[in-house]
Parts: sequence; structure tokens; C-alpha cells
Amino acid sequence: MDNEPLTASVWRMRLEGDTQWITRPGQFVNIAIEGLYLRRPISVSDYDEHTLTLIYKVVGEGTRRMSTMGKGTELDLLTGLGNGFSVDVPSQKPLLVGGGVGVPPLYNLARKLLAQGKKVKVVLGFNTSEEIFYEKEFRALGCEVYVATADGSHGVRGFVTTVIKESGIDFDYFYACGPLPMLRALYDAVEQDGEMSFEERMGCGFGACMGCSCETKYGAKRICKDGPVLKKEEIVW
Amino acid sequence: MVDTKVVLSGLTLDNPVIPASGTFGFGQEFAEFYDINILGSFSFKGTTRDARFGNPTPRIAECREGMINAVGLQNPGVDHVIAHELPALKKIFHKPVIANISGFSIDDYAYSCEKIDKEEQVGLIEVNISCPNVRHGGMSFGTQPEMAAEVTRAVKQVTTKPVYMKLSPNVTDIVAIARACEEAGADGICLINTMLGMRIDTMRRKPVIANKMGGFSGAAIFPVAVRMVYQVAQACKIPVIGCGGVQTAHDVIEMMMAGATAVEVGAANLVNPYACKEIIEALPAEMERLHIEKLSDIIGIVK
Repeated sequence: MDNEPLTASVWRMRLEGDTQWITRPGQFVNIAIEGLYLRRPISVSDYDEHTLTLIYKVVGEGTRRMSTMGKGTELDLLTGLGNGFSVDVPSQKPLLVGGGVGVPPLYNLARKLLAQGKKVKVVLGFNTSEEIFYEKEFRALGCEVYVATADGSHGVRGFVTTVIKESGIDFDYFYACGPLPMLRALYDAVEQDGEMSFEERMGCGFGACMGCSCETKYGAKRICKDGPVLKKEEIVW
Repeated sequence: MVDTKVVLSGLTLDNPVIPASGTFGFGQEFAEFYDINILGSFSFKGTTRDARFGNPTPRIAECREGMINAVGLQNPGVDHVIAHELPALKKIFHKPVIANISGFSIDDYAYSCEKIDKEEQVGLIEVNISCPNVRHGGMSFGTQPEMAAEVTRAVKQVTTKPVYMKLSPNVTDIVAIARACEEAGADGICLINTMLGMRIDTMRRKPVIANKMGGFSGAAIFPVAVRMVYQVAQACKIPVIGCGGVQTAHDVIEMMMAGATAVEVGAANLVNPYACKEIIEALPAEMERLHIEKLSDIIGIVK
């Protein structure tokens, strides 16, 4: 439907099609791109019955080609992949923590949690103010939003963990998606339970090839099929 | 009405299309996409004596018309496969399955094959002596004729099921190895496994894959597979299962003309989960276009 830049390297693509296989926030789609062998896994930022919003960062050839796609382009997607976040945990004060291009899947999650009448707090971390996206969108949903930038050009100077500590954010459960160092720092910094969405180079994206396996307390799991979301208590660093 | 049936060592397949080991798990993931009973058979995930996590990640690298994997034989071990995977498979797949067995010693191969021999669901054993992603095992058995023969003999002693040796293309003389397996009593040959490959992340100046090298598969290796199938089929009397870069019904026919009795489809399943279904559905029309009434008539027709 449209495809537009949100920052210098982050784009938002909205697609129209059959979304019935997407059942939870934090799931992903795997996109076939003409001329490239493997599909590109991209997390779902938001969806409804007929539309799908993907927010992606241009990091390689696949995402570069995606950024050149115009209105009317037809794409072959496998949808509803991965487990997604669990929205049925008995939490009243959830905290959503996103770093950089890990922010997008939290958007639909925030919508789902707000719909349950929960008070949702969001911490977004970026390197600089130029890289910030979706701060306004989360506020518009009705979330309490905190922003950290590594260079201090907007919000609190530092990392997501800095904001959580300095602002004394009160929460009883967290959901996180972002770069590995951020996830690790968050894991060490907070006592609360929560869940984290991970990334890995994938072959198939639907659990067949064992290309993206990781070790957990309960044995090997496939990031694409048994993840990308893992519970805090099962994570092995 | 065309006839797509083929026979592998007494095992009749409705069609020659077989998903290759390591690209189809134990069938469960694909059963979510389509009824896998349309397949000729399928070769389940390479199984070893003990459970294995495999190699560190990243395990996957993209290539032009292909991919490199260095999974490293991640599997739950033969006992778990027999206790859990095969019963679960029985509910979704009602044909004889191909058991892909790997090992790190002659004893390993014999141990796992002896266990698998008792499984009624297994129609054929594919012995993987060609995995490029593990040290001290796998491929080292498939690169020397004497070693390949020794594994073949050890496995043949413990099973009455047909034994197909899956060979590596990373050798100088594929015919010598295939012949050694045949003389040692193998019922058939399956080839090719992946080709050893490597990619470098030029920004990080490091290999893309944690294990540095891995197995290259996908459309790009098809001509190499056709050549090796042809060479082995010319030199051996036992049937050959052709594998490597097959993407279309046309590729299946080409591989059979080179000498394959059945054809495995690997990496294509990972890119398009419907790949085998689409190939099987396209096969009759492709046969008619090429004036083939009976698919088994064209096996090794190219001299």
C-alpha cells in the first residue's frame, strides 16, 4: 500500500493481504525477494484483518531492495511465523523495552495490552535523536513513553537500562526486543520476570533447517519456530 | 495418464520426489503447509547415536542461487527419534520413510542402524558418510573408498533394510567411492551431499558462518550433481538417488535421465515450503511435454 522512510535507514512498509495466520504480536513474516535465494525475516509491527505493517532497517541487499519497492508491488510472504509475545500473563503494569529496530514489534503488543485495560509503559533506546522513530505513535496510543539516546541528543543520555533505573519506572513484567547487548544488560539490570525477542540468521524461518538454534534451560530451541520470544527464566547467555 | 512410479530396491514410490535429509525435519513443519503423503517418501533429519546441539550460530549464509549451512547434525539422538519422532510421524505420513543415519565411528553407524532396523516405518536406510560440518566423522568416511566400504559392510551386517550410502561431492574420484560401496554390499547410492563452501563478511572481515566453512547447496550445484549422478550410474549397477539443486519437475527429469531412479529435493524446501508439492503437481505435464509415458523408462537413458 505504501513504503516510506521513517529515518535515514528505517522504512515502513504497509501491505494488504491475508493476515489470518498472524495471531500474536511479535510474530514475523518471511519475504521472498526476486533474485535473492533466501527469504528475509521481518517482524510484524502491526496488523489488522487485511493489512500488515513492517518496519525494517536497510542493512543489506534484501532490505535495500525492499526500500525501492513502490505502491502496487506484489510480494510473496510466509506469515504468522514464530511464537510471538504472550499477552495473557497476569501482569498489570507491563513495561515494553525496545532498542533501535527492535522497537517495531512492540507497537502491536502495546495496542493489545492497552486493549486489556493495562497501563503500558514504554522505554525506547536509540543511538542518536536522528534515529528515533515511533515515539509519538506510542504516546498517541496512550502509553507512558521514555526515550534514551546513547549520545544524549534526546531524552535521557544513556541506555534503556539507564532510564529504567533513573526514572524509577514501576513495572511488574517486561517485554523486550533489541540488539543482543541491550537484552543482556536488561536481563542483568532488572529483577522482574519478562520475555525477550531474539534475532538470528535463518534458513527457512519455519522450523525445518535448524539454522537458527540456540541453547535454553529446556534444551535447544529454534529462534524461528520455538522463538523468537524466549521467557527470561529459560535464557542461557 | 502418465506413470510416475519408480522402484528403489523393492520399495515402490508413487513418484520419485523425496525431500532431502536436513531440509524437512521429521515432517511436522511441512505437514502444516500440505499433506505430505503426496511425496514419494522423505529422508528424515540426519540422526546420530547421541543427541547433538550442533555448531554455534550463525549457521547459515546466503549465496547466489544457493546457501551455505553449517548446522552440524543437530538432532535428538536415535533413541529419541524412535521413541518420539517416528510415532508422531506415523500420524501424518503413511508411507515408508527414509532414515538418514550419521556417525563418528563405524560402531556409531552400526549402533544406530541396528536400532532403526527394527522400525517398521523405515523403508530404507540412507547412511550419511558425507556431512561436511562435523569433525572426525561424517565426511571423513565418505572421502576414502576403503572407509566408505567399511561403513557399508558394518551397516549391512546389522540390517535387512536396503542400505543407500550418501556420498560427498568433495572428492577427486566419486566413481571409486561409489564402486567401493557397491562392492561392500550397498543396495544403492545417494548423491550429492553439499559442497564445501565459505562466505566472508567483508565489513567485519570474518567468515559469515561461525564454523567458518559449511555445505553449499541450492540451484547453483545442480550441474555438478547431474554430472556425478551420471558418472556413478554409468559405473555402478545399483540404483542411484540423485540430489543437489533440484528446483523443478524439469530438473527431476533431467536428473533421472542422468541415471537417478529417485530424486531428492533439498534447499528448495527451505525457500519455498511448497517446493515438493509444486514439483509433484508439475511432473505429469512436464512428462507429457517431453513425450514420457512412464517415468521409470527414462532412468539413465542418456549414455
